[in-house]
Amino acid sequence: MDDFLQIVGLSIGVSLVATAIATAIGLPLGATLAISDFRGRRAIVVLINAFFGLPPVVVGLVLYLALSRSGPLGFLGLLFTPAAMVVAQVVLAIPIITALVHRAGERAWARYGDELVSDGASKVQAIPHILAIIRADLLTATLAGFGRTISEVGAVILVGGNIRGLTRTMTTTIALQTSQGDLSLALALGTVLVGISISISATVFALAGRASSAGSEEI
Amino acid sequence: MGVRSVLVVVALLGAIHSAPAAEQAITLASTTSVEATGLLANILPQFTAKTGIAVNVVAQGTGKALDTARRGDADVVLVHDPAAEREFMDEGYGTTRRQLAWNDFIIVGPSSDPARVGGGHDVVVALKAIALARSPFVSRGDKSGTNAAERRLWRDAGWTPEALNPEKWYRDIGGGMGQALNAASAMNAYTLSDRGTWLSFNNKGPLVVAIEGDAKLLNRYDVIELNPKKHGPARLAEAKVFADWLVSPEGQQAIGAYQVNGEKLFNASAASPK
Repeated sequence: MDDFLQIVGLSIGVSLVATAIATAIGLPLGATLAISDFRGRRAIVVLINAFFGLPPVVVGLVLYLALSRSGPLGFLGLLFTPAAMVVAQVVLAIPIITALVHRAGERAWARYGDELVSDGASKVQAIPHILAIIRADLLTATLAGFGRTISEVGAVILVGGNIRGLTRTMTTTIALQTSQGDLSLALALGTVLVGISISISATVFALAGRASSAGSEEI
Repeated sequence: MGVRSVLVVVALLGAIHSAPAAEQAITLASTTSVEATGLLANILPQFTAKTGIAVNVVAQGTGKALDTARRGDADVVLVHDPAAEREFMDEGYGTTRRQLAWNDFIIVGPSSDPARVGGGHDVVVALKAIALARSPFVSRGDKSGTNAAERRLWRDAGWTPEALNPEKWYRDIGGGMGQALNAASAMNAYTLSDRGTWLSFNNKGPLVVAIEGDAKLLNRYDVIELNPKKHGPARLAEAKVFADWLVSPEGQQAIGAYQVNGEKLFNASAASPK
């Protein structure tokens, strides 16, 4: 039971941190891509949308080689630690959050951009306004990022090592129990994983519902 | 809001970072068979309680475990493939290699026994019969110690990897022991398993032990300490304490006493290596 709580706690903790970091990077990046026009912008957008489907096991492998003691970032000593799992999940979540924010931001900019600029706002000053307009989409983007991170197994098992009590998450435990033939236990943990995902989504949506009705006059 | 979320992130990162870090922790690269059987989970707390050294186990096949050590990502290795271990030692990565336990490999297969090999004690004869009957055979295919042993046994039976790979009945699943047993159970296939994983495996389905008791089926586990010249940052002093403990009377007693469902999984053998 201690093990179980520790595993669930680690899974949620790592995914929350990873989602927070990915959001902190993805929100401004997505918004900037939505409202600005510079050379290479389209290429970046295409790339980010392509990375939407980045195979976790590839991310895991590349990070494994980079974080290994004999790799370029080996001096950090991050391989087989929760921090390495956070890094992997951040890499996986950024394209999802950025792409979703970009799409919503582009629509909002097409509709309100001229208005905002004619009010005298510079493009940089317009970013917070655009983000406020699309805040429901921001939530979706963040939740999509969280969903990606908490459900992921291929990358975290490679860079985390599935170490008991240190880097064993719900998904890697499910993989381990399946390999031990404990299919019913694996399924039970799978149910918990799904339950946690649903409750977190439901909570966030409930909070968001309250927030958007409170601030609806802004739109 | 920006400042607050940054603070939350920092606090969470701090929590994640500080929570598991014991004062001293070493990384043990080991095989799936000692992890999946529950042996390490059973004996490591005894070691940690005595010495204060935590052992983080990364369970991989023997091939990958040795490779992890070559890259400098492990402090000590516990594996079971004599040929691969010798290569590792010859390359200069290891300093001391000591046997700590043995058990045996077995061939398991469906109780319907399509190749009619059940109850036999000659593994080479059995593999020839399985090939002749073209009965499904699951191979780990993951360069693990068990995979290496299986390839060696097939060679003794006159089958090279090149001859086996195109055969439809020879199914290379590229996975751990448990995955191989799950696959064999699902497709009524034969497979080579270490006895420990087999005894602690909970999804046997139609599988039963078909072949056991051949001297060629010996499965020995060694602990290897790493060469300080090749492993700068590794915590080799603590790793040595761990390796010494494994072969000490106390460690050997812990290994030999480990049972699953009333059956002993490993025979401690540091005093009289097989």
